[in-house]
Amino acid sequence: MSTTEKTIRALTEREYPYGFVTPVEADSLPPGINEDIVRQISAKKNEPRFMLDWRLRAYRHWATLERSAAEPRWANVRYPSIDYQSIVYYSAPKQKIAASLDDVDPEILRAFEKLGIPLEERKRLTGVAVDAVFDSVSVGTTFKAKLAELGIVFCSFSEAVQEHPELVERYLGSVVPHTDNFFAALNSAVFSDGSFCYVPKGVRCPMELSTYFRINAANSGQFERTLIVADEGSYVSYLEGCTAPMRDENQLHAAVVELIALEGAQIKYSTVQNWYAGDREGKGGIFNFVTKRGKCAGPRSRISWTQVETGSAITWKYPSVILQGDESVGEFYSVALTNNYQQADTGTKMIHIGRNTRSTIISKGISAGHGNNTYRGLVKVLPRAANARNYTQCDSMLLGRQCGAHTFPYIEVANSSAQVEHEASTQKISEEQLFYCKQRGLSGENAVSMIVNGFCKEVFKNLPMEFAVEATRLLDVSLEGSVG
Amino acid sequence: MLLEIRNLHAAVEGKEILRGIDLAVDAGEVHAVMGPNGSGKSTLAQVIAGHPGYTVTAGEVLYEGRNLLEMPPEVRAREGVFLAFQYPVGLPGVANAQFLKAAVNATRTHRGLEELDAMEFLEWLKQKMALVEMDASFISRPVNEGFSGGEKKRNEILQMALLEPKLAILDETDSGLDIDALRIVAGGINQLRRPDNAILLVTHYQRILSYVTPDRVHVLAGGRIVKSGDRALALELEARGYDWIQEEAEALSR
Repeated sequence: MSTTEKTIRALTEREYPYGFVTPVEADSLPPGINEDIVRQISAKKNEPRFMLDWRLRAYRHWATLERSAAEPRWANVRYPSIDYQSIVYYSAPKQKIAASLDDVDPEILRAFEKLGIPLEERKRLTGVAVDAVFDSVSVGTTFKAKLAELGIVFCSFSEAVQEHPELVERYLGSVVPHTDNFFAALNSAVFSDGSFCYVPKGVRCPMELSTYFRINAANSGQFERTLIVADEGSYVSYLEGCTAPMRDENQLHAAVVELIALEGAQIKYSTVQNWYAGDREGKGGIFNFVTKRGKCAGPRSRISWTQVETGSAITWKYPSVILQGDESVGEFYSVALTNNYQQADTGTKMIHIGRNTRSTIISKGISAGHGNNTYRGLVKVLPRAANARNYTQCDSMLLGRQCGAHTFPYIEVANSSAQVEHEASTQKISEEQLFYCKQRGLSGENAVSMIVNGFCKEVFKNLPMEFAVEATRLLDVSLEGSVG
Repeated sequence: MLLEIRNLHAAVEGKEILRGIDLAVDAGEVHAVMGPNGSGKSTLAQVIAGHPGYTVTAGEVLYEGRNLLEMPPEVRAREGVFLAFQYPVGLPGVANAQFLKAAVNATRTHRGLEELDAMEFLEWLKQKMALVEMDASFISRPVNEGFSGGEKKRNEILQMALLEPKLAILDETDSGLDIDALRIVAGGINQLRRPDNAILLVTHYQRILSYVTPDRVHVLAGGRIVKSGDRALALELEARGYDWIQEEAEALSR
């Protein structure tokens, strides 16, 4: 084995620090899915009629897909069939509704604190409002009152359904309809919670909004739904983090995120995904089958996705932007790391509908161990999208000899004034680079960290400060020396 | 003795390049190692620094009386062995400041000193940058990426200034430099000459020796030091080329 490989092995074989289980009593529905389960979920959440109807439509659609074996199989990932009747679709910590965050089950507060997300008033992260989702429900949202002063609604999805049904009814499914795909249909039927955010006209949200998703219960799936609406001329930056205990069984996470940016609005959505990835032999881990899409509905609106995907046994997600408004802008910045037997098939879709729309795609895939990393992207320019522009850059880094990097870029252009660029590269850390760093006194681990981190720099620089720190730490990089 | 090399043999991919090098360098000295292309000059530099591509097949290298060959390359570096590379490799996305701070602190920690924080390091860096006339934009640029040949060489000298090695090996740092860059690089080297450190100047040409006066000059041919002398030897090589040395060496080995 070369010194590069040895160093990489040492670096990538680290333990997952978030694999603990929190002992809380759960209120769960029996495993399996049918109309009755869907009705029970809706009833537990005391939902208005339109929600139940919507769920049932989604369930019936999903059931037809399931019967016709229409679960998507085109992704470049391999996994055993999922038995949808063995999954628990609803699991919530058993407790009375907490009047305030300080009344939440101390075990749960401790769990979040262990994850670095203190929820109690005095310990809260400054400048970041957090909605903490534990299994199927949101256990609390910080800084709600402060945000409300500006007219910003930031709460759990359940609460939004009760307090702002008109907003939910208007926008739910408007970007990702329940018919969109197999997992979106399933999510629409059974989703139990998630985050909701509405930023009114002309308001610039003064702090980062964030949702932290934690799967705790065994054999349960997590199906959350996030809906963010940025009204005309508003701005919001949103962060999402996720972890789960280490278990031998695979667990399904099928979320849907919808973003809507009206005229002149801007939404920045960042994810650091660190679901449990399974062990070194590829046993266990989360199946992360997620549909994320934003719509630049109004002119000059802007949506950017930044994702750092380091966890999950399998990642299947394509945060996309529909560029409907003229002069709207879509961006996708991604780092995906696959190690051991992890598989990722991820990328984006940029759908140019409006005139003078622009999109940028920067994708960095890192493969180590037996990991397989696939970029899959679609740039589509519709006939009306005069002067549409896209720039795509896909870079892959291979650490070791057993891993793989794959790129499937799709480009469909129906307007001759469009300009679409695609660049791609594949690289390794060379012995010369490693020796150069060691000759300057760096350890091999430090050198690899630094080089991998440098490879990801174009993406990391788009993350908010707190997340950039988290992301670099995740890649085991000490980003010392950020001078100035 | 700072560095003592005895009967050093080294091979790359099974091919023997060094065939019995003997060399002793004391603190405070500058030694020039000259020789034609393919004579083993760069190999000698890489072997001392511990490049994993070379295998030492015989002989020993003592550094401050200790077995240097037993130390992994990063430990040699922290112990004060510095190699200015002939072809410094790029590290895309890694900012110079970040890289250099990590390097300086790795060495400081090894020597039992406290790490420099960002502000202290920046001060230190700016001081040393002046030495090689490096532009301020250098700090945030990625290591050796988009650098001109001259900038890369100046960067190597800058790193040497920052790391304050006891033994600096400069591998053809002068080659490919125009006269201004050569003057800057040589000026940098001269300012780093101290009674407690030594410099091994590996070079093909005499011209840098007009700026940096060596105490000893060695000529390498066929993987051996075939002639040693003072500065006059370098001038003789400049005038007569390397052929006569090689002929002499061949005559000797017959």
